Amino acid sequence: MADDKEREGPDITVAEFHKKIKDAFEVFDHEANNTVDVEEEEPTGYIRFEKFLPVMTEVLLERRYRPIPEDILLRAFEVLDPSKRGFLLKEELIKYMTEEGEPFSQEEMEEMLSAAIDPESNSVHYKDYIAMMVIDES
Amino acid sequence: MGSGTSTQHHFAFQNAEKAFKAAALIQRWYRRYTARLEMRRHCTWRIFQSIEYAGQQDQVKLHDFFSYLVDHFTPSSNHERDFLDRMFTEDRFPQDSEMEKFGDYESIEVPDNYTGPRLSFPLLPDHATALVEAFRLKQQLHARYVLNLLHETRKHLIQLPNINRVSTCYSEEITVCGDLHGQLDDLIFIFHKNGLPSPERAYVFNGDFVDRGKDSVEILMVLFAFMLVYPKEFHLNRGNHEDHLVNLRYGFTKEVMHKYKTHGKKILKILKDVFCWLPLATLVDEKVLILHGGVSDMTDLELLAKLDRHKIVSTMRHKTRKENGKQVKKEEANQKSSAGRPTPWFLPQSRSLPASPLRLGSLQAHRAGRSSSIPCGAPRDAKELARQVRRSVDLELDRCRQQAGFPVSWGKEEASPCTPEADSGAEEPLEPTQEEWRQVLTIFSASNYYEVGSNRGAYVKLGPALTPYIVQYQANKVTHMLTMRQRISRVEESALRALREKLFAHSSDLLGEFKKHDADKTGLITFSDWAEAVESVLHLGLPWRMLRPQLVNSPTDNTLEYKSWLEDLAKEQLNRENIQSSLLETLYRNRSNLETIFRIIDSDHSGFISLDEFRHTWKLFSSHMNINIRDDCICDLARSIDFNKDGHIDINEFLEAFRLVEQSCSEGNASDCPQTTNTNDNGCSKPGTH
Repeated sequence: MADDKEREGPDITVAEFHKKIKDAFEVFDHEANNTVDVEEEEPTGYIRFEKFLPVMTEVLLERRYRPIPEDILLRAFEVLDPSKRGFLLKEELIKYMTEEGEPFSQEEMEEMLSAAIDPESNSVHYKDYIAMMVIDES
Repeated sequence: MGSGTSTQHHFAFQNAEKAFKAAALIQRWYRRYTARLEMRRHCTWRIFQSIEYAGQQDQVKLHDFFSYLVDHFTPSSNHERDFLDRMFTEDRFPQDSEMEKFGDYESIEVPDNYTGPRLSFPLLPDHATALVEAFRLKQQLHARYVLNLLHETRKHLIQLPNINRVSTCYSEEITVCGDLHGQLDDLIFIFHKNGLPSPERAYVFNGDFVDRGKDSVEILMVLFAFMLVYPKEFHLNRGNHEDHLVNLRYGFTKEVMHKYKTHGKKILKILKDVFCWLPLATLVDEKVLILHGGVSDMTDLELLAKLDRHKIVSTMRHKTRKENGKQVKKEEANQKSSAGRPTPWFLPQSRSLPASPLRLGSLQAHRAGRSSSIPCGAPRDAKELARQVRRSVDLELDRCRQQAGFPVSWGKEEASPCTPEADSGAEEPLEPTQEEWRQVLTIFSASNYYEVGSNRGAYVKLGPALTPYIVQYQANKVTHMLTMRQRISRVEESALRALREKLFAHSSDLLGEFKKHDADKTGLITFSDWAEAVESVLHLGLPWRMLRPQLVNSPTDNTLEYKSWLEDLAKEQLNRENIQSSLLETLYRNRSNLETIFRIIDSDHSGFISLDEFRHTWKLFSSHMNINIRDDCICDLARSIDFNKDGHIDINEFLEAFRLVEQSCSEGNASDCPQTTNTNDNGCSKPGTH
């Protein structure tokens, strides 16, 4: 989709992005005052649209935060499961997610576990898990 | 330190690095997923809010329609004259003697096999508590006791002033609850969690007790009972749903007639009067004002205190045909909206912000939460909530108090007074600061309002120094069992269904707009064009680009065939091919108003109106709304709806004919069904089962 737009010219892309960004921003703008709440270092605790727009446009133009393809995701799980069992134990998942990379908060961990863990085996069969999440996305 | 070891270390390091990267990837993926989920949640919320708001604007159309009938319409035949008179017979104020007749409960016998709760007067606290317990066990209060209770309630309410002044020196705390809308589970939950009312535990319920939910009757019984038992500590404000015309539209009337087949009419008649006697506002310690419908820079407490509240029968109609000349009191009660039209003070319409020249567009104001009858989004953590909290009216109240001559006092939480009058130094108009935003609180107490899992409810406790403490909850076991993902999916489905129906209802206009974007007549438009076109027709202010993937199934990357998309939409909605589709569209667009009018005509609440009445209604309404419909089409329509050909139309038949009854009970449990105006009793209705 973005490819088509790029062929048409950068100006049109930026304008499209601006519209999309505005749409998305407004969803979270509860008080209709061009401000959304964030939990960043910002001392005020919220961010204004004027500040948000250029930053987000950059992000979209540079195509950061693209979706991660299923097969790459699968390989990532397989790295954490070197003996190729096809699953990760609950404790293992917790260890990796809360100690490696950019660690999860407790809330994030609980939320992931609630959907990922098969209660009978207390493990996550990652191939199935990925498949389930992907369906959800579309 | 041989070569073997260093290789080992090398591999170990590589492995560690790989693990780190793998974990980081998975986290990134997961966070993106939850962010999208959060986005969907917010979008869904937006959809519901927009549609609800549009529904209210619809109601205003009805209001205008009645005004039109009163002011401008001249009946051209006796037939029409009679018909109109029937529509307006509700407006007479009942005399006291009539009230006695309607409140007559003594002649009603309670059968021996009745196992429900019994009441005796004067009511004792135990009676009220027992009532709650009985309702929790799904028992029903006998009509005799209902009428008795309403009779006593009315006697009590008549003595109360428009603005209830309450002091917290006796009770240690006061709890304020917002809209309940017939959701008894939420009321029971509040009493369970916060404690039953008592001399030490005061309560204020801020209106909208009825409509939409399925236990409005029971809620009223409990609230009235506690009010009689603890008159100094238990207070009720009138909301815009404490109004017999609104009840016709939003389900309370239906509920009463269903639960009380023999005495329902009597109950409704006395309730209509009881509603008019409910106080309009509660003032706590002269510091906190609790008022349904919020405030604006036009709120005038002095005026509020003086008007004859009993004369405000309904906000949907504020004139009568006969009293055209003498409506002085009602006019005084109405406030002018920014459009200059008089609007009833407690209709939740857009108003400008307090002490500010800022005039938000009406939908934005609605989102900003000016009305306390619209649910505010329920965030999941307390910090986020704190930002959304706006505390009850201190700023505006002080302006009013200044006008009325009361002394102005400031608590430590409040920002410095900066109204233009008080601050002589200020020259420019002032935008409300974040602090001032925090002065107004919107409380909504009906959890799972739109759909199971849609939102939490809340109540606020005012402790010593009236500092607010907010408690949120969700009163449904099912919710807890679902994961966040499942909860969001359910609510989302519901929202999208409603949205698709709205889109269908505007098919012709949409086609017109799409064609404008398709100058070359290719039959295709881009997604961007689609988004623009849809917004320009529907005016819902929704993020259409976000929603597009769920509304448009397009094989191509960037364009859609709009004609076939519209056809697909129609296929989903229609189940009667013999009805002309543009007529159908029109009916869909206006169905809430039509339903309301039908129910008004059906004054004995039988559920039937005659073909003639249907035709007359439609003719009047469509001419007022400038809808172009030929007479013979209307006749055909009427006849095709009359399934059993007896010259009468069952109102529910009519609604079912256009698949307007939600089929949301397919998931089984009746108690999980979202309650809308169209559900029959507690579940679905099927054609031909009446």
